[in-house]
Amino acid sequence: MQTGKTLIVWDTFWGEVVERNWVLKLMIGMCPTLAVSTSVANCISMGAAATFALVCSSVLISALRKHIPDGVRIVLFIAIIASFVIMVEYFVHAYSLTLYEALGTFLALIVVNCILLGHAEAYAYKNSILATAVNAFGAGVGFTFALLCIGIPREILGNGTLAGFNIVWENFQPWLIFSSPTGGFLMLMFCVMIINYLAERKNKKMTSEKGPALRSSQAKQGGCHE
Amino acid sequence: MSDFFSIFLISMLAKNPLVFLFLGLCSFIGVTKKVSEAFSMSMAVIFVTFMAQQVTFFLHIPLVSIGVEFLRLLVFIMVIAALVQTVEIVMKKFLPVLHRAFGVYLPLITTNCLVLYVALEQVFRDYSYLQATAFGLGTGSGYLIMMVIMAGLRERFELSNIPPIMKGTAMILLIACLFSLIMQGTSGIGG
Repeated sequence: MQTGKTLIVWDTFWGEVVERNWVLKLMIGMCPTLAVSTSVANCISMGAAATFALVCSSVLISALRKHIPDGVRIVLFIAIIASFVIMVEYFVHAYSLTLYEALGTFLALIVVNCILLGHAEAYAYKNSILATAVNAFGAGVGFTFALLCIGIPREILGNGTLAGFNIVWENFQPWLIFSSPTGGFLMLMFCVMIINYLAERKNKKMTSEKGPALRSSQAKQGGCHE
Repeated sequence: MSDFFSIFLISMLAKNPLVFLFLGLCSFIGVTKKVSEAFSMSMAVIFVTFMAQQVTFFLHIPLVSIGVEFLRLLVFIMVIAALVQTVEIVMKKFLPVLHRAFGVYLPLITTNCLVLYVALEQVFRDYSYLQATAFGLGTGSGYLIMMVIMAGLRERFELSNIPPIMKGTAMILLIACLFSLIMQGTSGIGG
């Protein structure tokens, strides 16, 4: 019984991180993903900040779900999310000024990150507190994972370092394009291409006789429509 | 006055909200299937950005004077949400034609990063009234330009033969990447 429960929790968590990754699969919450992913330190702090706000706000919304009236729920969600984001913002400001300046307005813009509102609306409003906490944590880790997918290559190629340590050979010329906004788009494009390739291969395996019927399912994703 | 134009141009071209600051990318991918749709969405965004910027500029003064600046984020996002709702109701009553054109896009704008960014950034940068107005209008115009260009290009792609792994989002990101380079080339404009 105990192992079964653990397995379900792990499945929910892992599913959120990999299979339903909000950024890489659903293309939601890309604005901060691209803007702050110039270095690994920024990625991890942004991911941690968003995860904290996501877990706290989701748990609170889930706890209050029976008392929130349907008509004004979005406004209340935003108010709850904004309160936690203010906490995170002031914590980062007090903890490290360099980090606060590097993340800039994007720390405050977690409020309008579609992942938080989307998670509140789609999951937290309907499920129990424990399930929501696990799911929200998974979504947060998935967000951090997506940030790192883009951030690690960008820092190595654009700056020649990894998490602040010099790891390249001596006469390495940094590719400045990777630390500029262009590099963000380029790296995300490579990630999407790899995901498309894997999905394509899976489809081919599954429907070897049916042909490319499932192929178009990949192209339809994109955009958040709250 | 020259300040007005330089801030307008910089926030429109060199610091383009979509391809330089990555704001509102959700709509960049979601609502650029047709030029007409993209245009309506952009006009709605310009309108809401301008209104929100004006309101939050004047709202920030009493916030500072009673010393509750830490509530800035909460107040701004609430004001934007309320403003969007009000605008929608008023427009439905008095300007039904415009309401039909903006249609479903108006409520979506509440969660558009662009509006909150303009409201917060004008405070961080200590802009005067004129500068803040230029900043709001310029950012909105930059959004309009990129949305319409992207929608036009996407209408053409519908007919072309793109490799399967590049279809959809990957292609949009590649074009956005090229436009981001172009917009960086304009960084000298406006001083």
